[in-house]
Amino acid sequence: MKSLSEIETTSKRASKAAGFSWGVAEEIGKCIRLLELFGLPGIKNLNKFYKDKDQKSLENINSIRKNNKSTKLFCPVNLGVSFLDQVKSLESLKKITFSGIAYPLLLIPFLSRSSEIIGKKIFFEFDEINFLLNFNVNISTNYLKHNFPNNTKKGVISFVENKDTFSDTDWKNLYKLSENTFVEETDSLMKGAAGAGLTDND
Amino acid sequence: MNVELRNPNTIMKLSRLGSFHQSKLSFLRSFLNEFKDWDYKRDLFDLNKKGFGIAVYSFKKKDRVYSLVCFANKIDDGDRSDRVIATKWDAAFTLHDGVPSKNDIERLKSQVPQQEVGRLTYKELTLSRANKSVRVFNHVVERLSNGSQPDLDLLNKVGYLYRTTAVYGSGKFGLADRFRIKNREEINGPFRLEMMLVYLVRQFTFDQVNHVAQFKNPKKAVKLDPKICKNLGIGNSTGLGMAPFIVNHPTLLNNWILCREIALKKIREIKRVQNKDSRLFINCVRNSIKNITSWNTVNKYQQQKIKFLLNDVKKFLKFVENNFNFEKDYPFNKIYLWLEKEVCEECIEYIVSIMMEPFSEIIDPLIKEMSSDEDKYFNIPTERTIKELKEIIEKKYPNILSINFEKEENFRKFWFISKNKEEPRLADRFKELGSELEQPLAIARDIKKLYERLKFFKDDLTIDKFLIENSDLRHVVRRAFIIEKFPYSEIQDNTISENTVPIDMLRLKLSFFGALKFDPRSDKWLRICMFQGAPLPYELKNYDEQWVYNSYS
Repeated sequence: MKSLSEIETTSKRASKAAGFSWGVAEEIGKCIRLLELFGLPGIKNLNKFYKDKDQKSLENINSIRKNNKSTKLFCPVNLGVSFLDQVKSLESLKKITFSGIAYPLLLIPFLSRSSEIIGKKIFFEFDEINFLLNFNVNISTNYLKHNFPNNTKKGVISFVENKDTFSDTDWKNLYKLSENTFVEETDSLMKGAAGAGLTDND
Repeated sequence: MNVELRNPNTIMKLSRLGSFHQSKLSFLRSFLNEFKDWDYKRDLFDLNKKGFGIAVYSFKKKDRVYSLVCFANKIDDGDRSDRVIATKWDAAFTLHDGVPSKNDIERLKSQVPQQEVGRLTYKELTLSRANKSVRVFNHVVERLSNGSQPDLDLLNKVGYLYRTTAVYGSGKFGLADRFRIKNREEINGPFRLEMMLVYLVRQFTFDQVNHVAQFKNPKKAVKLDPKICKNLGIGNSTGLGMAPFIVNHPTLLNNWILCREIALKKIREIKRVQNKDSRLFINCVRNSIKNITSWNTVNKYQQQKIKFLLNDVKKFLKFVENNFNFEKDYPFNKIYLWLEKEVCEECIEYIVSIMMEPFSEIIDPLIKEMSSDEDKYFNIPTERTIKELKEIIEKKYPNILSINFEKEENFRKFWFISKNKEEPRLADRFKELGSELEQPLAIARDIKKLYERLKFFKDDLTIDKFLIENSDLRHVVRRAFIIEKFPYSEIQDNTISENTVPIDMLRLKLSFFGALKFDPRSDKWLRICMFQGAPLPYELKNYDEQWVYNSYS
């Protein structure tokens, strides 16, 4: 088994050799490490991407907008780095679409890191495959196969607002149950068990 | 009194970093301190009469066990090389997490002696190999087998029976990644398991030499005197492999240096120093003289440094013993200011290290601050502006901005990774091929390039916009934002100048390991000694903390 340290270093060096700058190669190394840590086939997809990269004409994106269209597939690394760099200003767009992305799995760790930066979950869907990126702590998906598509015709990224996943009633019921760990205060406990005085006007 | 931390622009110069010495903060000393109450055991010692075979040593506390698995092999003299290109060694070692099963030992037997081409698993933590100092080892066997102890002069000149030629950890060759073990309290300090490996290897070398002598002449043989054992360490040959580490781990480097600087600041701020503490300090300085006089090297540059160091330490002793009053306020501040005025860089850092000896209450909490969670600082704050980035560079890299990188002498060298051994190397870009594959270790040049490029952009532009067209400088944009928070994270020098002395970078790291007796063999590799004078495993429960200065070699 390869260690994550070996995975990061080799991915970084391979990315430099594939034509990316050292700084971008560092980002890719971290991202492939993350994918493998989460049990997703990062090395396999990066390898396939670098084999294909020169034959496929890919679109590099500079400024990400709400709807991003191109006749070519977007490069997942360039898109990922741009997304990571611009995520604070992208948040207000709420939902962002891309016409087509090469090796969409490679975009996922960039989104995962972005989720941590802005403190919001990010939802990524393509070809009926969904990923929920949870603050770079974990990744949820409805896709359990190991063969990810080499490209997708459409990709949608949404920022998930920080809100409860449960109803007020669910919360109240649970809170009420938790109250059974509290002690009813008698007069004597009210006077003697708290730290502060009965009047604090001094 | 508030003493300022020393200026990174002085401390982070290569010549200063190359003058650092071991101290109470050093990793091998903090390792001993942490593991002193663990149970040490030799679990297996299955060597043949020539000393070849397998041995296992362990440290145990409650349910935690760390086991060193040793493989001693026969090799031809012609195969013995300390260089990283070697493929055979007298002995190979791994530190196993837990108690190795028979299957583990069989697996390790086929992999560990192969070192870089073998594969380890997450159950192994560190990996190393070592070669005998044949001259010393054979001499010791000869003497012991004849019933006498070895020649101390010879032993003092060399200082060890074996020298390691690499110690690997943190995920190399399949070893456990750091994240798997980082929450263990006992290894809350850098390189602690690497230190454990080297320490246990030292004991193996004594056991092996005794074993071979015993079999050579069972009737007459005696064991190596424990006092002599104690004054032997483990040698180490270190090449350029270590140099990029300190560039590639900026926040870790910062934490090492920052802890040292905080220690010095706090010591200088002590108003009244107790008598016992000043006595301990002076004793350590006095006793350390023999560490300097027994420091052997064939390297002229180092000989000169040792000569100056010896003169200056004697000068300091004369000053502190005759003209100095420890009863006045802030004595260590006065001493430090005197040092800055009167002695060479090497001596300043030497005495700074010794100043820490009496003050465990200052040093011990700092040791826990010497690791770093590097990933926390990896993301670039792209919402910041060009103006802010320019200001950081002007403030944090003032001397680097004055280097003229148009001049060939200032960018003559380049760092690369050799294809055959995957190890860092340094070469002349005007004489050798390969500079197009240069590693990103020319930080000074690239920071200057970044600064020049920033001038073409509007001050209020944000970094994300700048990076769109300037991806080639992304690695140094990241570093500039790191140094903003971590003032000692960067070497404030040019690492590709024709005058760069790479062993300064090695020495910095080795001083934090706790190495003694740096012996440069060229400007690119050196030999050192570790654990010379350190307590033996059975002495750990009650040992002299100042052993570095109180050994007799």
